Order: sequence, then structure tokens, then C-alpha cells
Amino acid sequence: MTVIDETAAAPGAAQTTPLLEVRDLHVEFHTRDGVAKAVNGVNYSVNAGETLAVLGESGSGKSVTAQAIMGILDMPPGRIPKGEILFQGQDMLAMSGEQRRRIRGRKIAMIFQDALSSLNPVLSVGYQLGEMFRVHQGLSRKAAKAKAIELMDRVRIPAAAERVNDYPHQFSGGMRQRIMIAMALALEPELIIADEPTTALDVTVQAQVMDLLAELQREYNMGLILITHDLGVVADVADKIAVMYAGRIVETAPVHEIYSAPAHPYTKGLLQSIPRLDRKGQELYAIKGLPPNLLHVPSGCAFNPRCPMAQDICRTEVPVLHPAGPGRGSACHFWKETLGE
Amino acid sequence: MSEPILQVRNLVKHFPLTQGILFKKQIGAVKAVDGISFDLYPGETLGIVGESGCGKSTVAKLLMNLEQATSGEVFYKGQDITRLSGRALKAVRRNIQMVFQDPYTSLNPRMTVGDIIGEPFDIHPEVAPKGDRRKRVQDLLDVVGLNPEYINRYPHQFSGGQRQRIGIARGLALNPEVIICDEPVSALDVSVQAQVVNLMEKLQDEFGLSYIFIAHDLSIVRHISDRVGVMYLGKMAEIGTDAEIYEHPTHPYTQALLSAVPVPDPEAREKRERIILTGDVPSPANPPSGCRFRTRCWKAQDICAKEVPLLAVPSVFADRDTPAAHESACHFAEDGTAAA
Repeated sequence: MTVIDETAAAPGAAQTTPLLEVRDLHVEFHTRDGVAKAVNGVNYSVNAGETLAVLGESGSGKSVTAQAIMGILDMPPGRIPKGEILFQGQDMLAMSGEQRRRIRGRKIAMIFQDALSSLNPVLSVGYQLGEMFRVHQGLSRKAAKAKAIELMDRVRIPAAAERVNDYPHQFSGGMRQRIMIAMALALEPELIIADEPTTALDVTVQAQVMDLLAELQREYNMGLILITHDLGVVADVADKIAVMYAGRIVETAPVHEIYSAPAHPYTKGLLQSIPRLDRKGQELYAIKGLPPNLLHVPSGCAFNPRCPMAQDICRTEVPVLHPAGPGRGSACHFWKETLGE
Repeated sequence: MSEPILQVRNLVKHFPLTQGILFKKQIGAVKAVDGISFDLYPGETLGIVGESGCGKSTVAKLLMNLEQATSGEVFYKGQDITRLSGRALKAVRRNIQMVFQDPYTSLNPRMTVGDIIGEPFDIHPEVAPKGDRRKRVQDLLDVVGLNPEYINRYPHQFSGGQRQRIGIARGLALNPEVIICDEPVSALDVSVQAQVVNLMEKLQDEFGLSYIFIAHDLSIVRHISDRVGVMYLGKMAEIGTDAEIYEHPTHPYTQALLSAVPVPDPEAREKRERIILTGDVPSPANPPSGCRFRTRCWKAQDICAKEVPLLAVPSVFADRDTPAAHESACHFAEDGTAAA
């Protein structure tokens, strides 16, 4: 498949710059009750062939960041007051709508959590898959359908040629998610953003889908941003992790390090609250309190009301992301103590 | 062990599939639950795991008699509750209560917390005399870790975890003996799940409750359960103590399920062997003949298509003193220690 249009990338830039870099991104929502700061200065980057897992609870800003990257944020009420999103060195926020549209789908594709509500129920899956080729590449209906069958084959949907005219409700959850993956892969993008791709699936099917995604990623050497709340899924597939809390990244690290020695009390609390064999019969460790309301984020470190290590400084000063070892960062005033314990 | 508090025997629930509008004729049935038997003992937690569509939530409804069983019995202290109605059913339900999955839709948004938790007292006025109720509700709020002053608030003023505590308080109101929890923590944020699990364990100790804990999160089920049953397509595949099931699974489905669970530990993940099942769960309207798991099973042979394997201690382990000697419905049961 040929990519027809080349967005004028600076020569040589792709080699040295990351595939995608988010710099100091802020997103806020204007609501009746005030301004909700959903994303407060997020920085992360992904290289080709790399998997970045963005881990966070609901309201941590992980999905909003992804929507800002895709350019599908509802604005208004959303607003991006500050920040840059560099794709192959170019700031997408400074681009025109037309330029962004050329990147969306073709260079960056997204997989959503709920395949059933992301697919159009009154159009056959073959039509919806073929739409990618008709719109972006101007193929005829017939050629587009052939491509759609080929794609369905590639994501291992059995008897693709017979099922191409079926409607989304005729597929099981796992198969629907494969169709979503096929749709994202259609134009061979360089970056895929998967927002909770397996959360709605059963574990045995989840394992199939994650394996497929990882395999296709290797095959096409794509960058992958995996957004999830599941520490288990992350451990399975990610190269590096960014943990988000109340719109900020509180910890980043290569996957092995974060599980063996977390450098932020929030990450540490999450890991400790997972039921483990040797702690059966005992009380589970529980992070006290509740995730913050984004309209009233606590001053200083947003985690301070729930943190067992909080001191006065945590209530007044927002911690910066301290370097905490090779490729690691922790936004905690006491990251050394957290690591050292 | 003491007498079981609940005995479930060959419980079956088929939902009819009909065709035609005026003259409905039955063209088949969704075999949601197809012959399940187990016991629940006082003070214990029985975990039930399985994928969506395996019938675990239908079992919960049958135990509450919210659905009429097609056949089979549920004995509560020796009395079959599936055939009860009216006053007798009401009396039994006082002792078997339920906590639901979704704390957003299971609380009436137009009722205050006090009304929600106090509603069971309207149905069973003998439990709390009228003048006493407000006090009882406040005590319950305190027990589940909520501020008793919140009694006049509405559900939307609470977070998901707090709402689930309200649901638990409502379940506790009538001092039941059995609480059936259908996915009680799966709708909650990760950092809040542990709080609710701890609360449930504390309440069990305090009030001597028996739980049926239905969930798909295997690690939480293991943490809270004394015994675990694994369901597949309306049948019990395997049942045993938590250590028997998790460390010595003998049914291939249990082995695959355990190996598919993402482990939050990259080191352990590289060591373990994963079994990736092919395909999806077949439709319960048209389940495979013989063993229902055979279409996805790597051990399947001719006998699996012909004979339904019974849930019993496999003969290979029958006389041996091994944790693998627990009930498993497989013709080719093997101790899966290595695979898990």
C-alpha cells in the first residue's frame, strides 16, 4: 500500500526526534461549576516500535491527553491553553484543520474501548472498513471491499470473506475489537493510540487481543500508546510506563523498574493494593480517601491528602518530575525515601 | 464442618427463545445455567468466577429467587426456596440479601441515603420499629465507614466507592446470614477496590456472614474466598478450596483462565507459560455436545464430544492425598501446577 501524501516533514528530523512528543500539555474544561483542569503539564514521548503505557484511574487525564493528540477533543467545552504535541517534530496544535485531518487515521490511529458503540450499527463491517480506503485513497467500492477482507484476515477473523457483509452486532466482543484494530491498521499508521482496548473483554479474549496487537505492532514497527487502568495488562506489553494522577504524570519508568521499585507513593500504593498470595487472610493495603475532584484539586501535590508520607511541603509546593535513575522520573518530594524503603 | 447454610442441587435456568408475535412458539432455549450444584457453609466465602455469559449472574438471581428456576433446588437451611412464594419467600429473603455490581444504577437517584438503606425496614417492619429506624440507618452508615450525618444526602453526592458502601449497608440492614455479591468491586477505581474488599472482610468477621462472591477478577476472588467455583457455559467446571483451584487446577479451562490473567509483575510473566485459547465462548443457546469446553480445548478427544464429564473428583486422583483431588468436570483432568 502506498501512502499518497507526505506531510512535509523536516528532512532527517524523523531519525533524531521521537515519533510523538507531548510537551507541557494543558487541557481544561469550562463547566458551569468552574474550570476543570483535566491535564496539567503532561510530557511524554514515544518512539517507533515502542509501547508506552499510560496508567491512571478515571479522571486522571489519560484519555483526555489521547483525545488531544488525536485532535478529537470537544472544543468547547475543552480548551488547550498551553503545550505542544509534536508528531515527527511538527507541532500538531499549530496545524490547520486540513493538515491535521491528513495525519489522523493515516499516520495516527486510535482504538477505542467500546467497540460496539464505536462501530456504526446500521452499516456492515466491510463497508466501514472499506470506508477508510474509499475516503483516504479514493478506491472503488469493490477494491475497498477486497481490502477490507484482507484486513479482516490479518486480524484473524475466521472466514473473513463470508463475514465481510455482517453487521457489528453479529460479532462477539473480541471479534468486534479485532475489527476496531483492523480499522486502525488500515492505512498503516505510524502510531496507534489504544484507549482501554481490552477493558470490556473477558480475560481469555483479552489475552488473544493483546497478543494480536503486540504482534502487529512488531510487524509494522509502530509506536503504541496504551491507555489503561490495569497494572496487569501494562506489565505484559509495555516498554515504559507513565503513571498519571489528577492530570499530571507522577511517575515514569521502564516497565521492570516500576514494578520492582516504585518511586512515587501513589504507584507504590496501587501495587501494594493488589491482592497477593502471601497476604491472603490479611487486610489488603488500601490507599485511603478518594481520587480528587478536578474542580478542586488539592494544593501542592495533588496526592497529598491520600499520601502516607505527606509533609508540610507537599501541601504547598507542587513537586516537579525529579530524575530518579536512568529513564525514570518521580514527581514526589520524597522520591528517594519512597525508592529507598 | 457444620451444616451448609445453602445447598444448591442441579439448578437449571433456561430462557425460552420464541418466534412469532401472536402465536409464540418456542424454538429453543438459552441454557444460562444448566445443572449446577454446590454448598455454602456458614461464615465462608464461596467465589464464583467465569467469563461473561457463563451464567454466574443468573445463579445469583436464582439464589435470591429473583428468577424462577426451570428445575433444581436451592435449600436454605433444608427448605427449598425455589418453590416458595408470598410470605414464606419474604421471610427467607430477609436472610439472603444481595449487593449489586453497578453502584450508579442500583441506587434510586430520587431517594435519600436514609430512605435507601431504610427501605428494607418498610418491607420487614419487625426488624426495626418505626421510631428506631433513623438510628438504625445511622448505625449502618457508621458500620460501612460513612459519616452518619450523610443520611439526608442523595446518591449523586457520593463517589463510586461510597455508593458501593451504601449498597452494602442496604444489604446489611436486615441482619442477613448470606450476602450474594455480584461483581461488587468491578465498577470501582483500582485504588478504591481494596477499601471495599477490606470492608467486606471486616463485616464478615463482625456479623458472621456467608458470602457468595461473583467476580471475574481472579486475584480479588482468591484473596477473599475460602472456596472457588469456576463456571463455563452454564456448568461448573471445577470447584475446590482457593489453593486447590489456583495452585492445582485440573480442568483445562481453569488452567487457561489462570494463565490468561495479566500478572502485574514483569519478572513473573516471563517465567510463566501462557495458554492462549482460540475462539470465543460458544452461544449458550446452542452449546457443544458432551463437554462444553471441548471446542476450545487442546486436550479434546472423541469422548469429549459424546459424554458430558461429571463434576467429581477425577479417578486418577481419587485415592491420593493431593490438592489436585478436588471436583473437576474433565475426562482428562491433570494437575496443572506446571501450567499455572
